[in-house]
Amino acid sequence: MINVKVDMSQCQHYGQCVLEAPHVFELNAKDRLEYVAQVADDDREAIEDAIDICPMQAISMAR
Amino acid sequence: MTTLPVIVVGASLGGLRTAESLRRSGYDGPITVIGDESHLPYQRPPLSKAALHGADDALENLTFAHRPAISDVTWVTGTRVVSADLGANIVTDDRGEVRTFSALVVATGVRPRRLHVPGGATEGRYALRTIDDARSLRDVLTPGTRVVIAGAGFIGCEVAATAIGLGCDVHVVGTTAVPMEAALGHDLGAAMQVRHEDHGVAFSMGTRITAALGHPYLAHVDLADGRTLACDVLVEAVGSSPNVEWISSNDVDATRGLRTDSAMRVVRADGSPHDNVFAVGDVASYPHPHHGIESASVEHWNIPTETAKRAASVMAPMLAGDPSHLDVAATPFAPLPSFWTDQYDVHLLAYGMTRLADRSTLLAGDLAGECLVGYYRDHRLVGVCGIGMTGQMLTYRKELMAQPLAAGTAA
Repeated sequence: MINVKVDMSQCQHYGQCVLEAPHVFELNAKDRLEYVAQVADDDREAIEDAIDICPMQAISMAR
Repeated sequence: MTTLPVIVVGASLGGLRTAESLRRSGYDGPITVIGDESHLPYQRPPLSKAALHGADDALENLTFAHRPAISDVTWVTGTRVVSADLGANIVTDDRGEVRTFSALVVATGVRPRRLHVPGGATEGRYALRTIDDARSLRDVLTPGTRVVIAGAGFIGCEVAATAIGLGCDVHVVGTTAVPMEAALGHDLGAAMQVRHEDHGVAFSMGTRITAALGHPYLAHVDLADGRTLACDVLVEAVGSSPNVEWISSNDVDATRGLRTDSAMRVVRADGSPHDNVFAVGDVASYPHPHHGIESASVEHWNIPTETAKRAASVMAPMLAGDPSHLDVAATPFAPLPSFWTDQYDVHLLAYGMTRLADRSTLLAGDLAGECLVGYYRDHRLVGVCGIGMTGQMLTYRKELMAQPLAAGTAA
C-alpha cells in the first residue's frame, strides 16, 4: 500500500490532482479537496503525476 | 547499448522532469544534468510569494523531492554550458570541460529581461527568477520601503501583493491598460487592479519607465507621461528572454526560443528534426496546430512537466534502437496549458491559451468575487479562468480538451 498525504495548510483546492488521479482525489460539493489516504501500489504513477502537477507541491507519498 | 549519457542542460523543473520521465519510459542508462545555479531543482512559483516573507526556511524548503528512480543521476551544479556542437555530439562548459552525449536535452529556460534606461542607478534594481534573486529582494522589502514595480504581469502583481503585505509602499508601472491584461483580458484585469488598490497598491498604467536615476543608489524613476516616482527599490518584471545563445550557432531555429517539432525534437532551419536533440520547458517553442500556430513557447506551470514527458517518451525507445519511437513521435501532442496565481486571498486558476483570445466573457459569478471567465478566439473557446468555482471550471476544461486537433488550423 502507498500512504498519500496532502498538506492541507498548503492546499489551495486547485483540483489538479483530481485530473491526474480521480479515484484518489476529488473536489466535494463545496470545491474542497478530499482524498483517499491509502491506495494500492498500482496507483503509484497516477499519484506521482498528481504530485508533479500540484501547483502548491502539497502532496507526498510513502510506502 | 551506448554508455554515453543523456545530457540535460538546465537543472530546473524541466531538467528534473526529463530525468524522471526517462526512467519511467524505461531508459536505464546514465543521465547527467548540468545547471548554472548552485542549487538542485527547486520550485520557482513561491519566489514571488511566500518565499519573500521573512522566514529563512521558506527559501530552503523549495527543493523538489527526488524519487528513488533518479538516485543515480549525476547533477553538475554551478556550471554553465557555454557551447554545443550538435554534429560532434558534445557540449562544453565554462571550465572548458567537454562532454559527449548520446542525446541532448535543452532545458535552459528563460532569464528576466532587464530595463535598458538611462539615469545612472545601478544599485536598488532587482529582477526575480532564482532563489538568489529572491534572497536579495527579500532583504530590502522592509516596512516603509518605497518599491516601484516595472511590469504588471503575473510576477509584477504577485510581488506587489507580497510587498504591500510586508509593509512596503508599492507602485506598479505597466504599459498595458490594466494589469495582467494579456493573460486575463481587460475586464478581469481591471477587477484585479481594484483588488490591489483596495490593499493600497498604486498603479500607473499605459506608461513606462524612461529613466532610473541615482548615483549609484536608486532615488527615483521617470515615467513616459512626465511624472517622477521617488523610490528605494525597482523590481523589473518586464518579461523574459530564452537562454539559447550557447546553442544558437548550430543548425537550429532560435529566433523565438528554441524551435522543436511536436516530439520536442529541436529542428534545423529547414524544419527537419535533430534525432537526438530535444528541448523542454520555457525555452521550447513547439507547434500548436489546433490554434493554427506554427511555433510558440508557453511559460506556464505544467508545460515543463508535459514537454519533458513527451520528449522522454520518444527519446527512450530511440536510444534503445527501437524504431517504434518514430510512431510515438507521430502521435499528436497538444498539452493544455494550466496556470495559477495567488495574490492576497485570490487564488486564480486558468486553462488554455487565454492570450490568443479576441474576446472574453463572464460565464458565472462576479468579477469582484468568485467568477469564471471564458476566452474566445473566432467564437471558439481557447481558455477559461476562474477565481474559486473550481468544480464548474472542470466542465469548461473538458470542452477545451475535447477540441479536435485539426480544428481552427486556418490561422
